Amino acid sequence: MDIKKSLIDSVMAGLMALIVFGPIVGVVLDGYSFNLQPTRVAWLVLAVMVGRLLMSLFLQTPRGLIISQSFESSGSGVHVLPPNHKSMLRFVLPAIIVLAILFPFVANKYILTVVILGLIYVLLGLGLNIVVGLAGLLDLGYVAFYAIGAYGLALGYQYLGLGFWSALPLAAIAAALAGCILGFPVLRMHGDYLAIVTLGFGEIIRLVLNNWLSFTGGPNGVPVPSPTIFGLEFGRRAKDGGIPIHEYFGFAYNPDLKYIFIYAVLFLVVLAVLYIKHRLTRMPVGRAWEALREDEIACRSMGLNHVLVKLSAFTLGASTAGLAGVFFASYQGFVNPTSFTFFESALILAIVVLGGMGSTVGVVIAAFVLTVAPELLRSFAEYRVLLFGVLMVLMMIWRPRGLIRISRTGVVPRKGVLNTEGAAQ
Amino acid sequence: MMDGIFLQQMVNGLTLGSVYGLIAIGYTMVYGIIGMINFAHGDVYMISAYLAAIGLAVLSFFGIQSFPFLILGTLIFTIVVTGVYGFVIERVAYKPLRNSTRLAPLISAIGISLILQNYAQIAQGSRQQGVPTLLEGAWRFDVGSGFVQITYTKIFILVAAFVGMAALTYIIKYTKLGRMCRATQQDRKMASILGINTDRVISYVFIIGAAMAALAGVLITLNYGTFDFYAGFIIGIKAFTAAVLGGIGSLPGAMLGGLILGVAESQFSGLVNADYKDVFSFGLLVVILIFRPQGLLGRPLVAKV
Repeated sequence: MDIKKSLIDSVMAGLMALIVFGPIVGVVLDGYSFNLQPTRVAWLVLAVMVGRLLMSLFLQTPRGLIISQSFESSGSGVHVLPPNHKSMLRFVLPAIIVLAILFPFVANKYILTVVILGLIYVLLGLGLNIVVGLAGLLDLGYVAFYAIGAYGLALGYQYLGLGFWSALPLAAIAAALAGCILGFPVLRMHGDYLAIVTLGFGEIIRLVLNNWLSFTGGPNGVPVPSPTIFGLEFGRRAKDGGIPIHEYFGFAYNPDLKYIFIYAVLFLVVLAVLYIKHRLTRMPVGRAWEALREDEIACRSMGLNHVLVKLSAFTLGASTAGLAGVFFASYQGFVNPTSFTFFESALILAIVVLGGMGSTVGVVIAAFVLTVAPELLRSFAEYRVLLFGVLMVLMMIWRPRGLIRISRTGVVPRKGVLNTEGAAQ
Repeated sequence: MMDGIFLQQMVNGLTLGSVYGLIAIGYTMVYGIIGMINFAHGDVYMISAYLAAIGLAVLSFFGIQSFPFLILGTLIFTIVVTGVYGFVIERVAYKPLRNSTRLAPLISAIGISLILQNYAQIAQGSRQQGVPTLLEGAWRFDVGSGFVQITYTKIFILVAAFVGMAALTYIIKYTKLGRMCRATQQDRKMASILGINTDRVISYVFIIGAAMAALAGVLITLNYGTFDFYAGFIIGIKAFTAAVLGGIGSLPGAMLGGLILGVAESQFSGLVNADYKDVFSFGLLVVILIFRPQGLLGRPLVAKV
């Protein structure tokens, strides 16, 4: 144990922390003059020095040495389970469905809205999971498809008289088309270029929505109609000459009913998307995406048409975002460009990255965690973005493939295909 | 009126473009040496803008009033501290990921970008900050039906930016450090076999990139006077566009790309529509990446199997 080296490391780290944090944290600008805040700097420098000392000492222990060795090599992407493995989901899934059906009867509006938001982010996470997690195409402008779905409902109602149900498939198709259009130019790009171009697209869409006042209402946004069911409306009094649902069925007006309706439809849609994605991952399409992610050149030399593979990933991901956009618009009641900034894209990316690239269960868990946590940590609202950033960096250093890796059940060859009795062939 | 606007925007464009070029140098050098786009570079520029304002405030508090000392002091302070930022970011967030998957450094860079933005917002407040105008006066001459106004600040910016780029080109071409950088860029494994400490060279590249961004931060703050914690995002993407336009990995390309982008954007803003100038810049980026991804001065990308 080289304590002297650790101490020197710690002092150097403290010095760097002083230079880094000193000016920005210690000298707060106030108009053209400034105020000094030396205590904040002192705490930060102290924390850095202590942390570095501990880390340096830990890395010299035998356990620490093993960990630092594992940084030198990158692990494999897929975790293979034994062939007869029965997933725990057999029990968990029915329990969740029962819980979900009982849930609206016991929850109040606040929890209902949080769960709705969580489900919307699950949908978004699933879509981006197809693009980033399965196909390995880093899409930083994903929020553009989300915006197309949301504005599709809002503007569709304003200009074409579309309601919730007719906008749902149309928004998905519109977003899918946009995904196709975006997919074509980026076909030849790799990794980093792809990320920046998609970021550019996302920003272009947001800027156009913000500046095109005559069509999209600019920063003021556009109001969104409430959802209807078979023409029955959810308000206390009906607009456009319809009949409010509580009058039709004869029970008392419940302001939560609209949210319960959105929740129910959203839950069914999420289940459907989960099932579709589950099946797709096991079909040739899904395997093609994963092949593309691992090594594009090998994938092409195996005969897979990379154009079709990339476009299918983009299109499916985009249509999911379009669906989520429609739900978000009806849930919020109006749309404006501030909901569709780059930070949203980064948030959805964080869900996919933290949950596990390609892992469905991981994405669902991460979506709920990242939606519920800000609500619980309201007192830390100021530090929210900072914590997100720190979380992303730490996750990349600790587990680049996400918390839950994709697992696949192994396959046993049929008897007679391989001679399993040990005789040499 | 066209003459006047065109020439005026030409002047504005060259000024803006030289600053884009300074920031683009950071992107292009990092990409050339480790093949990674440093997404957080724009936010390093934003930090340097804050540092410039802090430096100016502190120096004027201590009674220094003359322009050369003020500028020199602020420049040295900002460049040194921003260089340390660049070094620390590389050590903490990128070095551990060098052997990781392709996406990991990029996502880590996004995380750092978010951290820097919120860090500045928490430490300094969300409102816009400003600096007083240091250099008054302008040069004004009539042309055709309008007039063109070149402020002394703009002339200073142009001169400073070019001096910075010239100094960097000299370093890269004629000094030992420059040779090590070029060698590491060409072939990292071979350079390390030949005895170059590639880890240290990579750190140097990050520091140099951050220092150039710091120069840009000081100059832009001088010119425009106001900024906030979000200033790094848009200008980061524009500087990246400039780097790509000139050919990513190529140093003269970054400078040339910066100038061209600056002039193009200013002309678009003056002659067509100022609201959509960001859309124009992003659109230009997309078009370049589709039709000529290697840019003007870069070599075509060859993927080795």
